[in-house]
Amino acid sequence: MSEKTTVENLTFRQGVIDCIPTLLGYLSIGFAAGVIEATAGMSLLEIALLSLFLYAGSAQFIVAGMLTAGAPIMSIIVTVFFVNLRHLLLSAAIAPNFAKYSPLKNMLIGAQLTDETFGVAINRLTGPVANADKWMFGLNVTAHLNWIVANLLGALLGGWIADPERYGLHFALPAMFIGLAAMVVMQRKRYKQDLLVIACSAGSFALAFIWLPSYIAVMVAAVTAAIAGVVMEK
Amino acid sequence: MSISKEFVWILIGTALVTFIPRTLPLVFISKLELPEYVKKFLTHVPLAVMTALVVQSVLTSGEEWLSFGENLQWIALFPTLAVAVVTRSLLLTVLTGIATAALLVWLI
Repeated sequence: MSEKTTVENLTFRQGVIDCIPTLLGYLSIGFAAGVIEATAGMSLLEIALLSLFLYAGSAQFIVAGMLTAGAPIMSIIVTVFFVNLRHLLLSAAIAPNFAKYSPLKNMLIGAQLTDETFGVAINRLTGPVANADKWMFGLNVTAHLNWIVANLLGALLGGWIADPERYGLHFALPAMFIGLAAMVVMQRKRYKQDLLVIACSAGSFALAFIWLPSYIAVMVAAVTAAIAGVVMEK
Repeated sequence: MSISKEFVWILIGTALVTFIPRTLPLVFISKLELPEYVKKFLTHVPLAVMTALVVQSVLTSGEEWLSFGENLQWIALFPTLAVAVVTRSLLLTVLTGIATAALLVWLI
Protein backbone atom coordinates (compact mmCIF):
# COMPACT_ATOMS: atom_id res chain seq x y z
CA MET A 1 0.00 0.00 0.00
CA SER A 2 2.57 2.51 1.10
CA GLU A 3 4.62 1.88 -2.03
CA LYS A 4 1.72 2.83 -4.25
CA THR A 5 1.27 6.17 -2.59
CA THR A 6 4.95 7.15 -2.91
CA VAL A 7 5.19 6.57 -6.68
CA GLU A 8 5.17 9.92 -8.38
CA ASN A 9 3.12 9.97 -11.52
CA LEU A 10 4.99 12.07 -14.08
CA THR A 11 3.59 13.47 -17.29
CA PHE A 12 4.79 14.98 -20.56
CA ARG A 13 3.41 18.31 -19.39
CA GLN A 14 5.40 18.14 -16.15
CA GLY A 15 8.54 17.55 -18.24
CA VAL A 16 7.80 20.72 -20.20
CA ILE A 17 7.35 22.65 -16.94
CA ASP A 18 10.56 21.25 -15.44
CA CYS A 19 12.44 22.48 -18.50
CA ILE A 20 11.52 26.14 -17.90
CA PRO A 21 14.43 27.03 -15.57
CA THR A 22 16.92 25.89 -18.21
CA LEU A 23 15.41 27.87 -21.09
CA LEU A 24 17.24 31.17 -20.49
CA GLY A 25 20.64 29.53 -20.26
CA TYR A 26 20.37 27.70 -23.55
CA LEU A 27 18.51 30.56 -25.18
CA SER A 28 21.50 32.82 -24.68
CA ILE A 29 24.06 30.20 -25.67
CA GLY A 30 21.96 29.18 -28.69
CA PHE A 31 21.60 32.81 -29.69
CA ALA A 32 25.36 33.24 -29.57
CA ALA A 33 25.83 30.03 -31.56
CA GLY A 34 23.40 31.32 -34.20
CA VAL A 35 25.34 34.57 -34.54
CA ILE A 36 28.61 32.70 -35.09
CA GLU A 37 27.05 30.18 -37.47
CA ALA A 38 25.62 32.96 -39.60
CA THR A 39 28.97 34.73 -39.56
CA ALA A 40 30.60 31.49 -40.71
CA GLY A 41 28.41 31.69 -43.80
CA MET A 42 25.77 29.10 -42.94
CA SER A 43 22.28 29.61 -44.36
CA LEU A 44 19.22 29.62 -42.11
CA LEU A 45 18.32 26.18 -43.38
CA GLU A 46 21.77 24.86 -42.55
CA ILE A 47 21.63 26.37 -39.07
CA ALA A 48 18.21 24.81 -38.47
CA LEU A 49 19.46 21.39 -39.62
CA LEU A 50 22.59 21.62 -37.48
CA SER A 51 20.53 22.55 -34.41
CA LEU A 52 18.09 19.73 -35.18
CA PHE A 53 20.56 16.91 -35.80
CA LEU A 54 23.80 17.86 -34.06
CA TYR A 55 22.03 19.67 -31.17
CA ALA A 56 25.09 20.38 -29.03
CA GLY A 57 26.25 23.78 -27.82
CA SER A 58 30.00 23.64 -27.77
CA ALA A 59 30.12 21.40 -30.84
CA GLN A 60 28.15 23.89 -32.93
CA PHE A 61 30.49 26.70 -31.92
CA ILE A 62 33.38 24.50 -33.00
CA VAL A 63 31.83 23.59 -36.35
CA ALA A 64 31.27 27.29 -37.10
CA GLY A 65 34.76 28.24 -35.96
CA MET A 66 36.49 25.50 -37.91
CA LEU A 67 34.43 26.23 -41.04
CA THR A 68 35.54 29.84 -40.85
CA ALA A 69 39.13 28.72 -40.44
CA GLY A 70 38.78 26.49 -43.50
CA ALA A 71 39.48 23.25 -41.62
CA PRO A 72 39.11 19.93 -43.50
CA ILE A 73 35.76 18.14 -43.04
CA MET A 74 37.33 15.12 -41.38
CA SER A 75 39.10 17.18 -38.72
CA ILE A 76 35.80 18.91 -37.85
CA ILE A 77 34.08 15.55 -37.39
CA VAL A 78 36.90 14.12 -35.24
CA THR A 79 36.96 17.23 -33.03
CA VAL A 80 33.20 17.10 -32.50
CA PHE A 81 33.50 13.41 -31.61
CA PHE A 82 35.89 14.23 -28.76
CA VAL A 83 33.92 17.25 -27.61
CA ASN A 84 30.74 15.19 -27.33
CA LEU A 85 32.26 12.03 -25.91
CA ARG A 86 31.21 12.99 -22.38
CA HIS A 87 27.65 12.11 -23.36
CA LEU A 88 28.75 8.49 -22.92
CA LEU A 89 29.00 9.19 -19.19
CA LEU A 90 25.71 11.08 -19.01
CA SER A 91 23.85 8.43 -20.97
CA ALA A 92 25.32 5.63 -18.83
CA ALA A 93 24.53 7.43 -15.57
CA ILE A 94 20.91 7.98 -16.50
CA ALA A 95 20.38 4.56 -18.10
CA PRO A 96 19.27 2.68 -14.93
CA ASN A 97 16.25 5.01 -14.70
CA PHE A 98 15.03 3.82 -18.09
CA ALA A 99 15.75 0.10 -17.82
CA LYS A 100 12.14 -0.92 -18.34
CA TYR A 101 11.68 0.86 -21.65
CA SER A 102 12.33 -0.52 -25.14
CA PRO A 103 15.70 -0.01 -26.85
CA LEU A 104 14.03 2.13 -29.51
CA LYS A 105 12.47 4.41 -26.92
CA ASN A 106 15.77 4.68 -25.06
CA MET A 107 17.49 5.55 -28.31
CA LEU A 108 15.05 8.43 -28.83
CA ILE A 109 15.54 9.59 -25.24
CA GLY A 110 19.32 9.45 -25.65
CA ALA A 111 19.30 11.25 -28.99
CA GLN A 112 18.16 14.43 -27.24
CA LEU A 113 20.32 14.12 -24.14
CA THR A 114 22.26 17.25 -23.17
CA ASP A 115 24.11 18.45 -20.07
CA GLU A 116 21.03 20.39 -19.00
CA THR A 117 18.36 17.75 -19.60
CA PHE A 118 20.64 15.23 -17.91
CA GLY A 119 21.07 17.51 -14.90
CA VAL A 120 17.35 18.14 -14.54
CA ALA A 121 16.52 14.44 -15.02
CA ILE A 122 19.05 13.10 -12.54
CA ASN A 123 17.65 15.44 -9.88
CA ARG A 124 14.03 14.59 -10.67
CA LEU A 125 14.18 10.83 -11.13
CA THR A 126 15.53 10.01 -7.68
CA GLY A 127 12.54 8.22 -6.18
CA PRO A 128 10.08 5.78 -7.71
CA VAL A 129 8.27 7.40 -10.62
CA ALA A 130 5.78 6.36 -13.24
CA ASN A 131 5.96 7.55 -16.86
CA ALA A 132 9.59 8.69 -16.72
CA ASP A 133 9.64 8.22 -20.49
CA LYS A 134 6.81 10.68 -21.17
CA TRP A 135 8.27 13.17 -18.71
CA MET A 136 11.69 12.91 -20.37
CA PHE A 137 10.20 13.49 -23.81
CA GLY A 138 8.46 16.61 -22.49
CA LEU A 139 11.74 17.89 -21.09
CA ASN A 140 13.75 16.93 -24.18
CA VAL A 141 11.39 18.29 -26.83
CA THR A 142 11.04 21.62 -25.01
CA ALA A 143 14.80 22.00 -24.63
CA HIS A 144 15.39 21.03 -28.26
CA LEU A 145 12.79 23.43 -29.66
CA ASN A 146 14.18 26.23 -27.50
CA TRP A 147 17.63 25.46 -28.89
CA ILE A 148 16.53 25.56 -32.54
CA VAL A 149 14.60 28.81 -32.03
CA ALA A 150 17.56 30.35 -30.18
CA ASN A 151 19.97 29.49 -33.01
CA LEU A 152 17.65 30.94 -35.65
CA LEU A 153 17.04 34.10 -33.62
CA GLY A 154 20.79 34.53 -33.26
CA ALA A 155 21.27 34.16 -36.99
CA LEU A 156 18.46 36.60 -37.80
CA LEU A 157 18.89 39.25 -35.11
CA GLY A 158 22.50 38.80 -34.09
CA GLY A 159 23.64 41.96 -35.78
CA TRP A 160 21.17 44.14 -33.93
CA ILE A 161 21.58 43.11 -30.34
CA ALA A 162 24.82 44.47 -28.98
CA ASP A 163 26.70 42.87 -26.15
CA PRO A 164 24.45 40.39 -24.33
CA GLU A 165 27.00 40.48 -21.47
CA ARG A 166 25.47 43.76 -20.38
CA TYR A 167 22.38 41.85 -19.29
CA GLY A 168 24.34 39.15 -17.50
CA LEU A 169 23.07 36.51 -19.90
CA HIS A 170 26.55 35.02 -20.26
CA PHE A 171 26.16 33.74 -16.72
CA ALA A 172 22.84 31.94 -17.32
CA LEU A 173 24.50 28.66 -18.30
CA PRO A 174 27.14 28.62 -15.53
CA ALA A 175 24.36 29.45 -13.04
CA MET A 176 22.39 26.48 -14.28
CA PHE A 177 25.34 24.13 -13.77
CA ILE A 178 25.90 25.58 -10.28
CA GLY A 179 22.24 25.02 -9.41
CA LEU A 180 22.22 21.48 -10.77
CA ALA A 181 25.40 20.53 -8.87
CA ALA A 182 24.06 22.03 -5.63
CA MET A 183 20.79 20.15 -6.02
CA VAL A 184 22.55 16.83 -6.49
CA VAL A 185 24.44 17.37 -3.23
CA MET A 186 21.38 18.42 -1.26
CA GLN A 187 19.32 15.53 -2.54
CA ARG A 188 21.95 12.89 -1.75
CA LYS A 189 22.77 14.32 1.69
CA ARG A 190 26.15 12.59 1.68
CA TYR A 191 27.97 15.84 2.21
CA LYS A 192 31.42 14.63 3.19
CA GLN A 193 31.66 12.25 0.28
CA ASP A 194 30.20 14.74 -2.18
CA LEU A 195 32.47 17.58 -1.12
CA LEU A 196 35.43 15.30 -1.79
CA VAL A 197 34.05 14.46 -5.24
CA ILE A 198 33.67 18.20 -5.91
CA ALA A 199 37.23 18.93 -4.76
CA CYS A 200 38.56 16.04 -6.79
CA SER A 201 36.67 17.09 -9.93
CA ALA A 202 37.81 20.71 -9.69
CA GLY A 203 41.39 19.68 -8.91
CA SER A 204 41.60 17.16 -11.74
CA PHE A 205 40.13 19.69 -14.13
CA ALA A 206 42.79 22.24 -13.17
CA LEU A 207 45.52 19.65 -13.62
CA ALA A 208 44.22 18.22 -16.91
CA PHE A 209 43.64 21.73 -18.28
CA ILE A 210 47.42 22.29 -18.22
CA TRP A 211 47.89 19.83 -21.06
CA LEU A 212 44.47 19.19 -22.58
CA PRO A 213 41.74 21.19 -24.29
CA SER A 214 39.01 22.15 -21.82
CA TYR A 215 36.36 19.79 -23.21
CA ILE A 216 38.69 16.81 -22.70
CA ALA A 217 39.67 18.13 -19.26
CA VAL A 218 35.96 18.06 -18.30
CA MET A 219 35.82 14.38 -19.13
CA VAL A 220 39.07 13.51 -17.40
CA ALA A 221 37.91 15.39 -14.29
CA ALA A 222 34.51 13.68 -14.28
CA VAL A 223 35.96 10.18 -14.60
CA THR A 224 38.69 10.80 -12.00
CA ALA A 225 36.27 12.30 -9.47
CA ALA A 226 33.69 9.53 -9.96
CA ILE A 227 36.40 6.89 -9.41
CA ALA A 228 37.52 8.78 -6.30
CA GLY A 229 33.91 8.63 -5.11
CA VAL A 230 33.86 4.84 -5.51
CA VAL A 231 37.19 4.47 -3.67
CA MET A 232 35.89 6.61 -0.79
CA GLU A 233 32.84 4.43 -0.34
CA LYS A 234 35.02 1.43 0.44
CA MET B 1 18.33 29.23 -48.37
CA SER B 2 20.80 26.73 -49.61
CA ILE B 3 22.77 23.75 -48.47
CA SER B 4 26.31 23.23 -49.62
CA LYS B 5 27.66 19.76 -50.35
CA GLU B 6 30.44 20.26 -47.85
CA PHE B 7 27.87 21.15 -45.18
CA VAL B 8 25.90 17.95 -45.79
CA TRP B 9 28.96 15.81 -45.00
CA ILE B 10 29.75 17.85 -41.90
CA LEU B 11 26.13 17.55 -40.76
CA ILE B 12 25.99 13.78 -41.24
CA GLY B 13 29.43 13.20 -39.72
CA THR B 14 29.09 15.39 -36.65
CA ALA B 15 25.49 14.28 -35.98
CA LEU B 16 26.53 10.62 -36.13
CA VAL B 17 29.56 10.90 -33.84
CA THR B 18 27.35 12.75 -31.34
CA PHE B 19 24.36 10.43 -31.64
CA ILE B 20 26.39 7.29 -30.89
CA PRO B 21 27.79 8.21 -27.44
CA ARG B 22 24.43 9.76 -26.53
CA THR B 23 22.37 6.67 -27.26
CA LEU B 24 24.65 3.64 -26.88
CA PRO B 25 24.69 3.41 -23.05
CA LEU B 26 20.95 4.11 -22.76
CA VAL B 27 20.16 1.39 -25.29
CA PHE B 28 22.54 -1.25 -23.89
CA ILE B 29 23.53 -0.49 -20.29
CA SER B 30 19.94 -0.17 -19.17
CA LYS B 31 19.47 -3.84 -20.09
CA LEU B 32 22.59 -5.14 -18.33
CA GLU B 33 23.07 -6.12 -14.71
CA LEU B 34 26.11 -4.00 -13.87
CA PRO B 35 28.77 -4.91 -11.32
CA GLU B 36 28.42 -3.04 -8.03
CA TYR B 37 31.47 -0.82 -8.52
CA VAL B 38 30.22 0.35 -11.94
CA LYS B 39 26.86 1.23 -10.40
CA LYS B 40 28.62 3.18 -7.67
CA PHE B 41 30.78 4.91 -10.28
CA LEU B 42 27.67 5.99 -12.17
CA THR B 43 26.06 7.46 -9.04
CA HIS B 44 29.03 9.83 -8.71
CA VAL B 45 29.05 10.87 -12.38
CA PRO B 46 26.37 13.60 -12.16
CA LEU B 47 28.13 15.66 -9.48
CA ALA B 48 31.55 14.99 -11.01
CA VAL B 49 30.40 16.21 -14.45
CA MET B 50 28.45 19.22 -13.14
CA THR B 51 31.38 20.36 -11.00
CA ALA B 52 33.77 20.16 -13.94
CA LEU B 53 31.28 22.10 -16.08
CA VAL B 54 30.99 24.77 -13.37
CA VAL B 55 34.77 25.17 -13.23
CA GLN B 56 34.99 25.26 -17.02
CA SER B 57 32.14 27.72 -17.54
CA VAL B 58 32.88 30.04 -14.61
CA LEU B 59 36.66 30.06 -14.35
CA THR B 60 37.91 29.57 -17.90
CA SER B 61 37.45 31.41 -21.14
CA GLY B 62 38.27 29.54 -24.32
CA GLU B 63 41.45 27.63 -23.60
CA GLU B 64 42.70 30.00 -20.91
CA TRP B 65 41.99 30.52 -17.22
CA LEU B 66 40.06 33.71 -16.58
CA SER B 67 42.28 36.59 -15.53
CA PHE B 68 40.69 36.78 -12.10
CA GLY B 69 41.73 40.36 -11.45
CA GLU B 70 40.28 41.80 -14.65
CA ASN B 71 37.26 39.64 -15.29
CA LEU B 72 35.22 39.45 -12.11
CA GLN B 73 32.39 37.19 -13.32
CA TRP B 74 33.61 34.44 -10.95
CA ILE B 75 32.26 36.50 -8.04
CA ALA B 76 28.73 35.70 -9.28
CA LEU B 77 29.43 32.09 -8.29
CA PHE B 78 28.85 32.85 -4.60
CA PRO B 79 25.38 34.46 -4.55
CA THR B 80 24.26 31.97 -7.19
CA LEU B 81 25.40 29.03 -5.08
CA ALA B 82 23.85 30.53 -1.95
CA VAL B 83 20.47 30.94 -3.63
CA ALA B 84 20.67 27.38 -5.01
CA VAL B 85 21.31 25.95 -1.53
CA VAL B 86 18.69 28.05 0.23
CA THR B 87 15.83 27.99 -2.28
CA ARG B 88 16.54 24.72 -4.12
CA SER B 89 14.92 26.37 -7.13
CA LEU B 90 16.73 26.11 -10.43
CA LEU B 91 14.82 29.07 -11.85
CA LEU B 92 15.71 31.39 -8.95
CA THR B 93 19.31 30.19 -9.16
CA VAL B 94 19.57 31.06 -12.85
CA LEU B 95 17.87 34.44 -12.34
CA THR B 96 20.24 35.26 -9.47
CA GLY B 97 23.23 34.32 -11.61
CA ILE B 98 22.06 36.59 -14.43
CA ALA B 99 21.27 39.48 -12.09
CA THR B 100 24.59 39.27 -10.27
CA ALA B 101 26.56 38.99 -13.49
CA ALA B 102 24.73 42.02 -14.93
CA LEU B 103 25.38 43.94 -11.73
CA LEU B 104 29.10 43.09 -11.93
CA VAL B 105 29.25 44.27 -15.55
CA TRP B 106 27.46 47.48 -14.60
CA LEU B 107 29.62 48.18 -11.54
CA ILE B 108 32.96 47.62 -13.22
